[in-house]
Amino acid sequence: MIHSLFLINHSGDIFLEKHWKSVIGRSVCDYFFEAKEKAVQPENVPPVLQTPHHYLISVYRDKLFFLSVVQTEVPPLFVIEFLHRVADTVQDYFGECSEGVIKDNVVTVYELLEEMLDNGFPLATESNVLKEMIRPPTILRSVVNTLTGGSNVGDTLPTGQLSSIPWRRAGVKYTNNEAYFDVIEEIDAILDKSGTTVFAEIQGVIEACVRLTGMPDLTLSFMNPRLLDDMSFHPCVRFKRWESERILSFIPPDGNFTLMTYHVSSQNVVALPVYVKQNISFLETGSCGRLDITIGPKQTMGKTVEGLTVTVHMPKTVLSANLTATQGNYTYNLATKVLVWDIGKLNPQKLPNLRGSLSLQAGAPRPEENPALDITLKIQQLAISGLKVSRLDMYGEKYKPFKGVKYLTKAGKFQVRT
Amino acid sequence: MTDSKYFTTTKKGEIFELKAELNSDKKEKKKEAVKKVIASMTVGKDVSALFPDVVNCMQTDNLELKKLVYLYLMNYAKSQPDMAIMAVNTFVKDCEDPNPLIRALAVRTMGCIRVDKITEYLCEPLRKCLKDEDPYVRKTAAVCVAKLHDINAQLVEDQGFLDTLKDLISDSNPMVVANAVAALSEIAESHPNSNLLDLNPQTINKLLTALNECTEWGQIFILDCLANYTPRDDRESQSICERVTPRLSHANSAVVLSAVKVLMKFMEMLPKDLDYYGTLLKKLAPPLVTLLSAEPELQYVALRNINLIVQRRPEILKHEMKVFFVKYNDPIYVKLEKLDIMIRLASQANIAQVLAELKEYATEVDVDFVRKAVRAIGRCAIKVEQSAERCVSTLLDLIQTKVNYVVQEAIVVIKDIFRKYPNKYESVIATLCENLDSLDEPEARAAMIWIVGEYAERIDNADELLESFLEGFHDESTQVQLQLLTAIVKLFLKKPTETQELVQQVLSLATQDSDNPDLRDRGYIYWRLLSTDPVAAKEVVLAEKPLISEETDLIEPTLLEELICHIGTLASVYHKPPSAFVEGSRGVQHKRLPGSAGSGESESQDTGSAAGVTEAPPAVIPSQGDLLGDLLNLDLTPPTTTGPPPPSSGMQMGAMDLLGGGLDSLLGGDLGGSPAMGAGFSAPTAAMPASFNAPVSGGLDDLFDLGGGVGLPMGAYTPPKTIWLPAMKAKGLEISGTFVRRAGVIQMEMTLTNKAMSVMTDFAIQFNRNSFGLAPAGPLQVLTPLSPNQSIEVALPLSTVGPVMKMEPLNNLQVAVKNNIDVFYFSCQYPISMLFVEDGKMERQVFLATWKDIPNDNESQFQIKDCHLNSDAASNKLQGSNIFTIAKRTVEGQDMLYQSMKLTNSIWVLAELRVQAGNPNYTVCLKCRAAEVSQGVFQCYEAVLKN
Repeated sequence: MIHSLFLINHSGDIFLEKHWKSVIGRSVCDYFFEAKEKAVQPENVPPVLQTPHHYLISVYRDKLFFLSVVQTEVPPLFVIEFLHRVADTVQDYFGECSEGVIKDNVVTVYELLEEMLDNGFPLATESNVLKEMIRPPTILRSVVNTLTGGSNVGDTLPTGQLSSIPWRRAGVKYTNNEAYFDVIEEIDAILDKSGTTVFAEIQGVIEACVRLTGMPDLTLSFMNPRLLDDMSFHPCVRFKRWESERILSFIPPDGNFTLMTYHVSSQNVVALPVYVKQNISFLETGSCGRLDITIGPKQTMGKTVEGLTVTVHMPKTVLSANLTATQGNYTYNLATKVLVWDIGKLNPQKLPNLRGSLSLQAGAPRPEENPALDITLKIQQLAISGLKVSRLDMYGEKYKPFKGVKYLTKAGKFQVRT
Repeated sequence: MTDSKYFTTTKKGEIFELKAELNSDKKEKKKEAVKKVIASMTVGKDVSALFPDVVNCMQTDNLELKKLVYLYLMNYAKSQPDMAIMAVNTFVKDCEDPNPLIRALAVRTMGCIRVDKITEYLCEPLRKCLKDEDPYVRKTAAVCVAKLHDINAQLVEDQGFLDTLKDLISDSNPMVVANAVAALSEIAESHPNSNLLDLNPQTINKLLTALNECTEWGQIFILDCLANYTPRDDRESQSICERVTPRLSHANSAVVLSAVKVLMKFMEMLPKDLDYYGTLLKKLAPPLVTLLSAEPELQYVALRNINLIVQRRPEILKHEMKVFFVKYNDPIYVKLEKLDIMIRLASQANIAQVLAELKEYATEVDVDFVRKAVRAIGRCAIKVEQSAERCVSTLLDLIQTKVNYVVQEAIVVIKDIFRKYPNKYESVIATLCENLDSLDEPEARAAMIWIVGEYAERIDNADELLESFLEGFHDESTQVQLQLLTAIVKLFLKKPTETQELVQQVLSLATQDSDNPDLRDRGYIYWRLLSTDPVAAKEVVLAEKPLISEETDLIEPTLLEELICHIGTLASVYHKPPSAFVEGSRGVQHKRLPGSAGSGESESQDTGSAAGVTEAPPAVIPSQGDLLGDLLNLDLTPPTTTGPPPPSSGMQMGAMDLLGGGLDSLLGGDLGGSPAMGAGFSAPTAAMPASFNAPVSGGLDDLFDLGGGVGLPMGAYTPPKTIWLPAMKAKGLEISGTFVRRAGVIQMEMTLTNKAMSVMTDFAIQFNRNSFGLAPAGPLQVLTPLSPNQSIEVALPLSTVGPVMKMEPLNNLQVAVKNNIDVFYFSCQYPISMLFVEDGKMERQVFLATWKDIPNDNESQFQIKDCHLNSDAASNKLQGSNIFTIAKRTVEGQDMLYQSMKLTNSIWVLAELRVQAGNPNYTVCLKCRAAEVSQGVFQCYEAVLKN
């Protein structure tokens, strides 16, 4: 099982270590540093490394490496999932996951790690359960604690751990009972030079924020559940009911959680909200190039496309860009060679266009690689797959909750090749 | 208020201040102090000096303070075992606390304190907690058994905790079941043969019930445990599959992959015409695709596993090609894996799409990725015949880009395409030749040279091209040198008139000026071949080559089956069986897929491990062993020999002389093939042994005896061949062997068997330093490539003048064998009798004097049981192994034989063998100045007498 954990920052300093069995010396991380050195980019460090006596399994999140050491044959996915869970928990407790925040709350983090694993076996990883045992810091509580000598540690048995619904704590009470669901869809797509779709799929997720008193039992049904290709559910969802009726039936955890994720795959035709016309070319001589990008709406179902940006990773030899944008601003970062064009709202009457010249290092050969375009965008109140929630009902409690469903479409990994 | 303030106190006397605060009367101050201590601990500062003060804070009602002290204890108890005892009472008391949280906390913490003295006190509280009324305590206690087992396995068994743990599998609470399974699995890993997880239909049923209700992590443990079960029939298999499939929709990817493992394994048992089989296949694809939209680290592990799944059951993902298309900002490790799978999925139906993608990738930034993409195009051509033409034209387009590394990769793969479709695309050779000068990588140069050699008759200036490479022959890598040698020989055979000079030049470069045994040997072979029978040479060298197979990189089927059983584990990421790399797993069981329904009884999966266990199983040396530092440096270049030159150099000189005559006749004679020349050549061979000393002739015999003969043993004891290197650990190469001493020459006789799917070539061998300086006296003579399923017998003459290092045991020999695939390490033990030299008979007087002279401390006695020879027969038998009887005495019906033997390093061993008529037990008494050899000598006595 998981033996030790090291948290390592961007520059390669170990700033926290936790051992669940015997202590393993820091020198084991040298193998990791070696791999990190070799990979150049931190994203490219291989997640599973073999050393003479240990395995190092790491994830890279929020500019931090979570590096775990295992000694026996352990499912690596289990370790990776757990490490992401650690990062999620830190994020959940302190609002962000960074070196500073972890150092500021080192004792809490340490206690959390102790509760999350016992001898390398996962113990309590549900945020609901953890929060019962170790209360997240709030300004008010730390003031009160200082005055009264109270502590952050709950002294009750985390009841949820034993019931058949370990994800929900008992005795939840709210004056305002509310349940919100966000249907968020991300489009992953690759378009080729001519704008033809090479590959497109939709990753959907339903995020819930449920603040309901007692033990509510919810059902949520869709107008068109057949759209979905593959779903993964929060453990609270009754799978049998979904299989037979295509209805999500569950007793929700308290607070924020991910109800389900789904996938509308490349087998179905995926509607793309925008099209991109682009031409980036470098001249054989004269060390300069031309750039011309236009974006227009495609299938937006009458909604507005917002937050539109285009990011271009330029070849290393591009020194500067002299461009004109008909809408929005552009910046070119010389150090990272990244051109960002922030467009904002897409106006279908007047299509945004960015054009101009690029100047290259004098004497440098014509770049071999073609820069790719990354598109980000947002469309409110639209799930691009067409998925719609038809009903949300509550059983088991008498009060009338306030219910709401929101839709959002975003660009995930939306790439245009040039 | 944040904790970062705890990091700022770095001034001297910090410990002293903390000590004062810990002993403060104020609760709040105490807690703050403990927090500071913990903070220092987490960043690796040593605060163990505060142990007694912190432990004093333990008796408190404040739960947070208690937890903090526990945290501290777990870290430092090991370094302060005596002090830790102080904490025991509090633990025992806390285990009785009315609050189950505290009971659980206490038993959990106690288990983490790895101090022997404390573990004794732990047993009673643990026993109670395992039967606690509260499931939270029970589940914590279950894990605690695993912890205790880690510290003191015997104690756990003696106290009967394992049985209690087994009972917990039937617990009413699913979390307890899951933890019990997890704990048992971990314990079972160090006890491979114990029957800890005895799976039967009842327990399986309990596990399946618990599976639905326990936490995600518990589900992983249970699924992994289920995967070890072998269902009785296809019915049971189907019902388990049905109950496992809902797990495919879990949000935790580890659960999904573990479920995939169970399904992939149990599917084997389902008849293929079953409707359910088809349904299951369809259900497997979407979750696998979804794994690819997760974080990159998860994607990587998923892709490595999909790679296996696709090889076993390509039908699952055959329509999902597009999800493996690469995004430019995928991490490189994801890109490379995706590419690999794309090629595996490539078929006639989707080849156009794949090629378009690959061409796109070939213009990316990342060099490694681009190279692999170019290679992938070549693999597509080989895999999908219809696409070959398009692939070749794509490759030509890429060559036109003139990007150096793209051109080189393209040439390497075009060579493979030529091998697959001979005489079809030769029109492109001209384009390739244009790029000759830009090639700077050995593989590309070798590929180009191969092409020139292979099509020499169609390239007008082939001789010029090859000659240009010859100029810097010694600066080239071995790969290029070997290829150049072959190519020029081919050229010579095709155009003998113009290229005599060239071939002479390359042969002399290869045989005279090179240090590389591979190259030298190949040079000699060609030389001899050309000089004896050029017609035969033509037949050999220009023989029609077998077409290369479609997929050369497929995992060997037995290994693949095993890996499928290990889906989701580290083994599946490395594509190696767990036994090959998991440290400390003593005798990992080889898992096998269950037989499919209808194939009769499904075999039990444990059979593989126990079979064929020999007395001293050859240990495969893990490739990271520190002791192997010098072996690991094994390279193609032979080590610079220190000390006396091995006989091999003498042999080489002889061979040179020998071939000198052949050379003259080769160059002078006509190449139509004159029988007289061959005869003239063979004469010196026959005459040769007289002129060389014995070991050299042995080597030469071998050199020329291509069949690798195993002669008759000449009386010396030869142990039977044992498997030294199992195929599983050496990418399909199996080596079994033994040692013989024949006419004064020690030989290592090996059988090399190729159990992989591709041809093996370029064998070489090297020893680590060893006790008696054994070293190969010549190169390993594997002259023909070893094709799949072929075996070859090789005899390697050994010298005893190599570097010496004492080994444990004394007769241990660590060997590295290299072939074109990799370098493999193993160790074996040779019988010391190999080292008994022929002139080991001591004069009687000398014997007596020496016997007296050696101090009695150096005398050792051994018993040989169950030996039914009389003393004369024994004496004869021993003499065959160079153990000489000097005198015999009979006292009261007991024969005493006085014997002597001499080792290659001139150590004398004197022996007294007592044989009592009618008693099958012999006594051997050995005296030697180097007493450590006695044990090995005794083993030889035993082996010789009993065989």
